[in-house]
Amino acid sequence: MEHLDLARWQFAITTVYHYFFVPVTIGLSFMVASFETQWLRKRNPQMLRLAKFFGKLFTINFALGLATGLVQEFQFGMNWSAYSRFVGDIFGAPLAIEALLAFFLESTFLGLWIFGWGRIPERLHAACMWIVHAGTLLSAYFILAANSFMQNPVGYRNNPVTGRAELTDFWAVLTNKVQLATFPHTILAAYMTGAAFVLGICLWHVHRRSVPQDQSMYRKGAKFGAWMLLLSGLGVAVSGDFAGKIMTEVQPMKMASAEALYNTQAGAPFSILTVSSLDGQHEKVAITVPKLLSFLGTGDFNGTVHGINQLEAQYKHKYATDPHTRAQTYVPTLPLTYWSFRVMIGLGTAAAAIGAASLWTLRRRDSEPARSRWWPWAAISVVLLPIFANSFGWIFTEAGRQPWLVFGLFTTQSGVSPGVSGAEVATSLTIFTALYAVLAVIEVKLTLRYVRAGAQELEEPSAGADDDADDKLAFAY
Amino acid sequence: MELTTVWFVLIGILWAGYFVLEGFDFGVGMLFPVLGRGADRERRRRVLLNTIGPTWDGNEVWLVTAAGATFAAFPEWYATLFSGFYLILLVILVALILRVLAFDYRGKRDDPSWRKRWDAAIVFGSVVPAFAWGLVFTNMIHGLPINSQGVYTGGLLTLLNPLALLGGLTTLALFLLHGSIFVALKTDGTIRREARHVATRVGVVAAVLAIALLVVLNLQTGNDISWICFVAAVIALVVGLVFNVRGREGWAFSGTFVAIGLTVAALFTMLFPDVMPSTSNAAWSLTTDNASSSHLTLAIMSWVALLFTPIVVLYQGWAYWIFRRRISTDQIPPATEPRLASEQVVH
Repeated sequence: MEHLDLARWQFAITTVYHYFFVPVTIGLSFMVASFETQWLRKRNPQMLRLAKFFGKLFTINFALGLATGLVQEFQFGMNWSAYSRFVGDIFGAPLAIEALLAFFLESTFLGLWIFGWGRIPERLHAACMWIVHAGTLLSAYFILAANSFMQNPVGYRNNPVTGRAELTDFWAVLTNKVQLATFPHTILAAYMTGAAFVLGICLWHVHRRSVPQDQSMYRKGAKFGAWMLLLSGLGVAVSGDFAGKIMTEVQPMKMASAEALYNTQAGAPFSILTVSSLDGQHEKVAITVPKLLSFLGTGDFNGTVHGINQLEAQYKHKYATDPHTRAQTYVPTLPLTYWSFRVMIGLGTAAAAIGAASLWTLRRRDSEPARSRWWPWAAISVVLLPIFANSFGWIFTEAGRQPWLVFGLFTTQSGVSPGVSGAEVATSLTIFTALYAVLAVIEVKLTLRYVRAGAQELEEPSAGADDDADDKLAFAY
Repeated sequence: MELTTVWFVLIGILWAGYFVLEGFDFGVGMLFPVLGRGADRERRRRVLLNTIGPTWDGNEVWLVTAAGATFAAFPEWYATLFSGFYLILLVILVALILRVLAFDYRGKRDDPSWRKRWDAAIVFGSVVPAFAWGLVFTNMIHGLPINSQGVYTGGLLTLLNPLALLGGLTTLALFLLHGSIFVALKTDGTIRREARHVATRVGVVAAVLAIALLVVLNLQTGNDISWICFVAAVIALVVGLVFNVRGREGWAFSGTFVAIGLTVAALFTMLFPDVMPSTSNAAWSLTTDNASSSHLTLAIMSWVALLFTPIVVLYQGWAYWIFRRRISTDQIPPATEPRLASEQVVH
């Protein structure tokens, strides 16, 4: 394989992997903080147990997200140094600000939360998790602003002297219209993920009835998770619709490739499923909804949606002269964009459906939990569905932008590090893939061990506990 | 002062912050086989781990910020540095990944073989970056074969030259010393006394290595200010060691803290106004001028840094204050692992 392909595979593997943990971190920090706050308000010890239980699971997940996050920051320079030189003036600032504003908050206050039980006042302790959550939101905002620049470059100019893109308006970068749709869409998808994580695990314990006296606790947790899942799912659909319209406007090729729409059409149908030859030219089975694509993309059932063939011809003419923008084809890998877009929507919808079904089953306080065999499968899949929906959403977003790194400005093939050899990239690709695989096994096994054990009983404060120097630490590694 | 100079200084401060903070974390990790021995080894290891438990993560963010600020303020520097040191940074990343997980996962199961593996990861994850960062910085100060496009043209062996290896040993010894004194400051009981003894022995080696490295580098590219920083660093180190022998751990820690900070200051002063000197042709060196971002980016970043850096330092300092108490083996709770309520032992 070429150096370029290896570097792309490395970015894909490390980024998709890292993003398994990101939405869980964002969503679960919200859920844990909510449980702790509910405990403070009503003093129901069940809420404290849930906060501690999901807090432990949160830290297991957070550690791997943190560890793999460093690779994300380093590999722009390691594998994509030409890209770093070209956009560093714009792209570097959000990364630095993310570290300064968000990562310090998250790391410091998570340390206080983990080790602070019994050592800092209760309200302050709960506030620490809210601050961690605020940190995750800030972090998401800045990194998404950087990504939105790649989808729709704004607030810059091309400097012919330095041969790079330079910032002219930072506010425009932060309020990029792609960003304004992507941020709520991404955050709400993360809330779905955290809520589904809580719902699935609580459902599983309700079903197992391993500890009869804890049934009411897990039912409360499951209900809260299900409501959050449905509410955020609704938000994901609305913001996704908004994002789709902006995508049709600023990246028409991505929308065309999501639908495999070959020719420009007014009143274009929305394809739900197509089975065809891989090049997409010969449809065998197709299920379509008339005029829906035009409505989704433009807000008008008879609106015009641009097709792949017309856009390709237009781009080939427009971008042929500059070596940074010249490409063999401007069409993304169609099966990948077409299917990742559908799988994203399908998995997200399935998760929301399980949420609704769970609420129905748990609707009465005394209702007997369903004994049917689908229940444990629903519990397990509802945890995984939103995580993979997130992955496919990003695969669609990034693969659909190809062949560009920065749309209309800079192709992926111009971005690789000129001084790094294919052998070096192959080495790092192999090492990261092997290491990540081993760590995934360890992480999942550890998570399952903690999930199975369930929420632990609260420890009785030991007799005569005061600020004695010989006191045992409330929490220790 | 020009904004490019301001950002050069700020990036120096961020790296200094990283090394004075994560430096002792590395030292604590390296001390696992040294101080975590004997009949009580498990509790002693947990004492070591818990001295940095609540704060190591915040320390590592200084690295993320230093790298991000380099990207933002000097994209050319970031691009050349990170692609040039490709394999070294790969090793650092693997080590740091393992170390993060080891810190967090080690205590999550009550199983000796589980702990043993993570202990190995902690030692590996501490020794390797402590050495490798010295290697990276020495090469960066000394200069590397860089072509007219700012692309590194050497190989891995170019980076493993004797001077760079001396640099690696120097940071390794300095961080081990810094970590020993930190352990003496944060613990109580026999481990505290033993940490002081280790510090005294390591301190002499670290001082000799640091003096050798900084004298050689100063003779190559030094100036008045870098010589002054060097002398002040040596004084701080010696004062720290004297306080350590006298059992004044707070002052000893301040000594190594300032010594490491001044060492970074000396290195950055030697580097200025270059950021990546080219040994192929001096005209191809990356400088604060030709590697920097536009004025607007630097101005925005300056405001952000001016507003938020003091806040970060305040709350991070507050977190250290909350967890200021010394830890001894008596305070370590028994190892636990969650159990299903029906399986929990009824007392």
